[in-house]
Amino acid sequence: MPAALRDSLLAGLVAAALALPMLGVRLVDSATGLSLAGRFDLVAWAAGLVFGGRLLLRLIPPLPAMPVLPAGFGNLRPAAGWAMAAFAVLLPFLPFADRNVVDKATLVLIYIMLGWGLNIVVGLAGLLDLGFVAFYAVGAYSYALLSQSFGLSFWVCLPLAGVLSASFGLLLGFPVLRLRGDYIAIVTMGLGEIVRVILQNWQELTGGPNGISGIERPSLFGLSFKAVPPEGQRSFAEFFGLDYSGDHRVIFLYFLILILALATNLFTLRIRRLPVGRAWEALREDEIACRSLGINPTTVKLSAFGIGAMFAGFAGSFFATRQGFISPESFTFMESAVILAIVVLGGMGSQIGIVLAALLLVGLPEWFRELQQYRMLAFGGAMVLIMLWKPAGLLSHREPTIRLDGQP
Amino acid sequence: MTPSLLDVEHLTMRFGGLFAVNDLSFTAGNGEITAVIGPNGAGKTTLFNCITGFYKPQEGRIALNHPDGRMALERLDDHAIARRAGVARTFQNIRLFPRMSVLENLIVAQHTRLMRASMFSLAGLLGLRRYRRAEAAAVERARHWLDRTALTRFADDEAGSLPYGHQRRLEIARAMCTEPRLLCLDEPAAGLNPRESAELNRLLLDIRADEGIGLLLIEHDMSVVMGISDRVVVLDYGKKIAEGTPAEVRGDPAVIRAYLGEPDEAETG
Repeated sequence: MPAALRDSLLAGLVAAALALPMLGVRLVDSATGLSLAGRFDLVAWAAGLVFGGRLLLRLIPPLPAMPVLPAGFGNLRPAAGWAMAAFAVLLPFLPFADRNVVDKATLVLIYIMLGWGLNIVVGLAGLLDLGFVAFYAVGAYSYALLSQSFGLSFWVCLPLAGVLSASFGLLLGFPVLRLRGDYIAIVTMGLGEIVRVILQNWQELTGGPNGISGIERPSLFGLSFKAVPPEGQRSFAEFFGLDYSGDHRVIFLYFLILILALATNLFTLRIRRLPVGRAWEALREDEIACRSLGINPTTVKLSAFGIGAMFAGFAGSFFATRQGFISPESFTFMESAVILAIVVLGGMGSQIGIVLAALLLVGLPEWFRELQQYRMLAFGGAMVLIMLWKPAGLLSHREPTIRLDGQP
Repeated sequence: MTPSLLDVEHLTMRFGGLFAVNDLSFTAGNGEITAVIGPNGAGKTTLFNCITGFYKPQEGRIALNHPDGRMALERLDDHAIARRAGVARTFQNIRLFPRMSVLENLIVAQHTRLMRASMFSLAGLLGLRRYRRAEAAAVERARHWLDRTALTRFADDEAGSLPYGHQRRLEIARAMCTEPRLLCLDEPAAGLNPRESAELNRLLLDIRADEGIGLLLIEHDMSVVMGISDRVVVLDYGKKIAEGTPAEVRGDPAVIRAYLGEPDEAETG
């Protein structure tokens, strides 16, 4: 007990020392010029809170461990995946799903897709990429520019954006090849920022900070979602004999990103069981052992970078067509950090874990917008709690990609 | 004498001013077990790293006689040495893929063959029969080596969760799954108990007999060296001080001196 008290006192003192310069003084703009004013009540609050919190932590028993999942849970996973997919398909038709819900679900799905794309690079190949948003940006700008300059439709631009992003991924992959671990993170972070700065400054091409607006919306096999379809096109509502509603496009976009995301997922599930996918995981585990087995790490790393970037490119062009407007502001480092947090929190390599993490990190803050700035506090708190409870991520269990007696 | 498999000629590897391997020449035969021994710091692992391409020697040549022709290993990248020349290795401090299953470790070892069969995974992505057949063959080869190393019942466990001795055997099985012509083992008996060590001897002798490949072995455990090797190369300070059959090397005064130190002149004289 005295030990707990001493420990808490020490923590309180440290908090006071930290709070003094950060909270304790304030610049006051008065008639005579700037002067300092004390806010010692805040310092006292901070120190008191830390002291009390620390004491509480010491006195109450440690956090209970998360309930251990029953052993059979591994077999439930595909079922859980199917259930989630079914729910996602039905979502727009559920009674509570208004336009707002579907719109937010679309946003979450973008991040799920980005998470699944980055998972190839970080979760499988083990290359810590902090500049993933660059490929997302390349995809978005590819679509916007191709569509505006050459009048190409979304369906033509989507694969083109993927190809462009993938080539960009290969290009940016080269400088990273010789690096390991943390150094990869630093270099990719720099590359990501370079891309953003180029987009911001290349006025003639990208429109600079003003971005590109009026980006063409996608059509469904030539059926437009506009109230007044352009000449030579029919509108979706007219074709199916419905009354025009703006919701149609929202739901269409939702299904579009759902299909794109599920395609990403299927691809990853499949490639994990193929030589390339296994080589990615082997590279994450031990690069030197890989080389001793005749695996060329260069091609393995580049393929991971390229394929991850391709999916980011798809997601980027979807983002551009959904927003109708893009600017460099959408592609800041914060985006990379959120996508990486989704992958890490989900449990590095777990597909379902990424869905849960994306719901948590993107969905919750969106739904709790009313809480205003406190939602960021809750966001940080949630991350700390998850890392305390599940340091390896929400779902860190890994199923072998092949079993001796038959497929898993 | 069997035709030589590996010819090392005048190999020199320096780190700054230190000669880790100094003008070393020896040959290793096909279907033979060649042991490289020597006190700590004699340059044995450096020699291995030169042969397997992890280091590039400053001088000398390392040639492997392959059915496709003589290959200059010092000019190839490490992964190309494993892939094209068929040199497989194990590591002094085991390097498995710890979070992957035992079977996956053995499948990854067959990467080159599977990549070719799956046309860089495209055929696999489309689920063509061609890839499925190749994968089944890879599983069979893995099963063969699991049986030989008595690891079959651990096939679906994480490699990192295996006991130490099992991990050593798994690393050998993984190297054998690449179907090498030359297998380089860096202290395979380190940390094994006498029974495991005897099992290892039997495994290595079986590999030599059944596969007809060359084995190059760094070892400190003299029961392994003397028990199974056909020829022994002794290094000290990067130089070769003796070479011959185990019996010859055992009686060599230079070897005794290297291991036990110079007799003290003042005391004996």
